[in-house]
Parts: sequence; C-alpha cells; structure tokens
Amino acid sequence: MRGALAAIAVKELRDGLRNRWALSIALGLAVLALVIAWFGPAASGKVGFASLGATVVSLASLAVFLVPLVALLLGYEAVVGEAERGTLLLLLAYPISRGLLLAGKFAGHALLLAAAITVGLGGAALVLAATGAAAAEGFWPAFARLVTSTVLLGWAFLALAYAISAGAREKGRAAALALVSWLGLVLVYDLVLLGALVAAAGRLPAWLFATLLVANPADAFRVLNLTGEAAAEALGGLGGVAREAALAPPLLVAVLLAWTAALLGLAFRRFARRPV
Amino acid sequence: MSGLLAIRGAEVRFGAVAALRGLDLEVGAGEVVGLLGHNGAGKTTTMKLALGLLRPQAGSVRLLGVEPAGPEGRRARARVGFLPENVSFYDSLSGREVLRYLARLKGRPPAEADRLLEQVGLAHAADRRVRTWSKGMRQRLGLAQALLGRPALLLLDEPTVGLDPMATAELYATIGRLRSEGVGVVLCSHVLAGIERHIDRCVIVGHGRVLAAGTLEELRARARLPVRIRARGRWREPPAAALGEGEGVVARRLNGHQIELEVAPERKLAVLRALAAEPGVEDLDVRPPGLETLYAHFDAMLHRGPQDGRGEAP
Repeated sequence: MRGALAAIAVKELRDGLRNRWALSIALGLAVLALVIAWFGPAASGKVGFASLGATVVSLASLAVFLVPLVALLLGYEAVVGEAERGTLLLLLAYPISRGLLLAGKFAGHALLLAAAITVGLGGAALVLAATGAAAAEGFWPAFARLVTSTVLLGWAFLALAYAISAGAREKGRAAALALVSWLGLVLVYDLVLLGALVAAAGRLPAWLFATLLVANPADAFRVLNLTGEAAAEALGGLGGVAREAALAPPLLVAVLLAWTAALLGLAFRRFARRPV
Repeated sequence: MSGLLAIRGAEVRFGAVAALRGLDLEVGAGEVVGLLGHNGAGKTTTMKLALGLLRPQAGSVRLLGVEPAGPEGRRARARVGFLPENVSFYDSLSGREVLRYLARLKGRPPAEADRLLEQVGLAHAADRRVRTWSKGMRQRLGLAQALLGRPALLLLDEPTVGLDPMATAELYATIGRLRSEGVGVVLCSHVLAGIERHIDRCVIVGHGRVLAAGTLEELRARARLPVRIRARGRWREPPAAALGEGEGVVARRLNGHQIELEVAPERKLAVLRALAAEPGVEDLDVRPPGLETLYAHFDAMLHRGPQDGRGEAP
C-alpha cells in the first residue's frame, strides 16, 4: 500500500518536473521577487535593497497574489482531469482505495509546490545576499519564515483546488470555480473586510475581526507576514489591527494547517461520493 | 475457485434512468463469456458493478467470492485485470513508464511490466511517449496492463476496437491461451461478427437486462431461426426437391445456377438429403444463423412484449 502511495506521489512530482511546470514557477517567482525587492523602494526615490522589513512585506504581498493562483492551477485538474482523460476509471479498477489515490496525488503536488516556492524565493534570497543584503540582522530567519509560510499558504489553496476538482463534473467548470475562489479569497475578501472595518468606525469587536481574518487562509498568511516588528513599520493598516487582535504566529500557522486539513477532508469526502 | 464472478438480479439506476434491470452474469474459471449488446445496453455498467465501482440498488455481486464494493473488494481487484473501453494513458509518459507505474499500483515488480511489453509486442516502442503511439498500440498496452499480476479474471471492454485483423487474431490467441490456464474472461463487444468462435458462452444484453444467455448452440436451438442452405449446380430448372416449399422451406433463386433455401432447423437434414440426391447439384453450403441474426431476433422479441421476452419461440 505504501509502495502505491509513493508511486502515485512520485509520478505527479515527475510530471511537474518534466513539463517544466516547477521550473517556470520557480523562475517566475524568483524574477518577480528580485524585481520587487529591487524596485520596491523606488517610490521613496531610490532603487536597490532597502530594509529587510520592507522587502519581506513586498515579497509577502507578491506571494499572496501569485501562490494561491499557482496552487489552484496546479490542483484543479487533479481528479476531474483524470476523469475526463479516462484514466480515473482505469486507476480505480486497481487494488487501491480512492483515499490512497487522492493522498498520493496531493503529496506529489504539495512537494512540487513546496520545491518551486523554496527554489524561487530561496533563489531570490541568494541573489539579494550576494549584493550584501544578508548583512541585515535576521535576514536568513526572515526569509526562512517567509518561505515556510508561503508553502503553507500554497498547500491550503492546493487543498482547495482538490476539493473543487473532486466535486466538479467538467474540467472547465473546475477551472472557473478555481478562478472565482482566487478572486474572492485573495482580492475581494480583503476589500470587503477593510470596507466593513471603516464603515463600522471602530465599533467592530476585535474578536470578530480576528475571526474574519483567519476565516480566509490568504488573510491568515498576510497577518502572519505583516505583523513582525520590521513589517509594522513598513505598513500601518492591517498589520497594526491584526496585532491588536492578538493573532500570534503559532496560531496563524495552525490556522493555515487547519485550512489545508479541512479542505483536504472535503476533497476526500467529495471524491468518495463521486460517481465514476 | 470456479465462480469468479457472479452477478444476480442486479439493478442499477442513475436517477430516473434504469441502467440495469435485473441482470445476471456468471463467469467460471477457464471460461470466456461474451457480454454482447448495443452501445448503451448496460455492458460498461456491468463492468463497473463487477469491479465494485458501483453498488447495485438491488441484487448481489460477488467477485472472487467477495463483495467488490466492500472492504475486501480491494484485495479481490488485485487478481482482476480490466481493460476499459477506449483506454487512455498519460500521454507524456513512455509506454514503459506507464506500465511500470501501473505495476507498482498492483504491487508488482517493474520487471513484470517489461516482460509484458515484450509479450504484447511493444518492446520496440516502449521508451517512446505514448502520445506518439497508434490506437492499436495503446490498445495493446491496455491489454498488457490488464495482464499485470496474473489475473484470475479478465474484464475486457471492447478490446478489439482499433485493432487491425492481425492484432485482433493475436488478442484472441492470447485470450485462448489464458483460458487454457484457467483464467475466466468477460469479453464485452458490440461488434458481433467473428466473435462467436472465441467465446464459450454469450450473454446478450439489451435495455439493462439479459435477452438471452447460453452457448451459441443453445441460443440457436431456442431461437429456432431458419438455416440457410445454398445449392450450386448445373440445371435448367432448379431441382424440384429444393423448391419443395411450404413445410418450413422458403426458396430463392440467386442466379442461373445457385439457389438459397431458408429451412426450419428440424427440416434441415431432410432437405439436405433430398438436395444431395439431385443429380444436378454440385455443391451445398450450410449456414446456421450467426450471432448478429440471433441478436436481432432476441432484441426484437423484447420489443414484441414481455410474454416472449425470455426468448422462447412461440
């Protein structure tokens, strides 16, 4: 059984490496990260690596837009794609359970995504370090935190993609639903939340605000990366509010993991009930 | 184990649509059963039922003695080979990679995949991507994966589609060899011509139920369809005996020296004797009804009404 799980994971991993998916994502992420790190301070009249805090905030803002989209695109085909290709019927005739098939595929995709993020952001960090930025205190730990939280963010959205894929009848519908989720969770949710905050004029209780923040993995990620000492200086707004809401990093990490587990659980349930 | 697959009274509905209405199918060791019917007759649903991918709303399914949709079904599937209709694979992988991957899912060593590639004659193309393969090659890869793990039961859904005559003959040779080793085979097909020589028993399905089941001889006996006899010879007027119409004989003149008779089965020998005794007759050719004719017969009986739906002649 374990052999089959590994075989499925390795196949997905190899597919992603072979069609250069992982490579393009890693490269794209690295280039964008460098551009942002370099030109981010341009508004203040200079280019080049400014402060560690500002850089981490810029990169986190990049990650929160890009990584959910990448994860959704990676995973939305996971089940419905196999079903449309006709390979799902074949695989389910094998002596493996549906749970094992889904777990193997997710493991492979999760590793692939983690590798692309680590190589992409890690590569950017290496380039920045070569220009002397690593001299800043806490440079490497800050990047390690950024990479780890970005991977967790990616996994949560990968699990969402699986939940969509396991319940979708057609690939096109799954793709549309994935895009709508991305728009909703990454762009619209924040706008609405900030709008509500302003409209409530401070009368929104802190616990409610905190709950609304962790009710969206993208926001949990934002808060995780925007509440550090260095980040707060670079960004007022959300960061400050979140700190007031007393959302500690371990809690936010737990929230991201919980989102992954819950969405993956939903994917398993929908897959178990899916007619072949 | 003699009863490899036993489906009894299976009913499957998809919403308001009844896909199977009380289907029976039994397959024993060393037996090749043809599951024959039009597209949409319920053949693929029956395969899914056998594999435990569907549960019947009524009736029972036993695969190698266990319920395939239950917890033990997974172990039973390790000893079953399945070739789906229009099988497809991962186009970006090579044939060898595909088969080794599937071998691991069945808990088999990669060497077995390599050996099967040889066996189905794909060794020369094994390292090319499946994307570049012809339909016939993919079909043979489909057969190879069905043979992983020396299955006790093979479920083949339209296995000859896309195969050229040579490859079709090879497929039937493989099936024949497996049968002699005790493997049970279900051969689903909507192409009836030519299949009768390769199956021990047929189960003709239509509209989700069994229209008729048995050996070809049993089906012929039950259908009591006329036998066609062609006589060739040199005569000015066709032989009188041959044209002795009525009493279960219908004669038709094909050309100046050939006639065709449709003869009720019980009159066959008498007519043959009479023809053989005619001085002008040079050759006789007897054609019993083929599967296509039988299928049309049993299908028509279903439409005529439930009272003769069991396939008994009036």
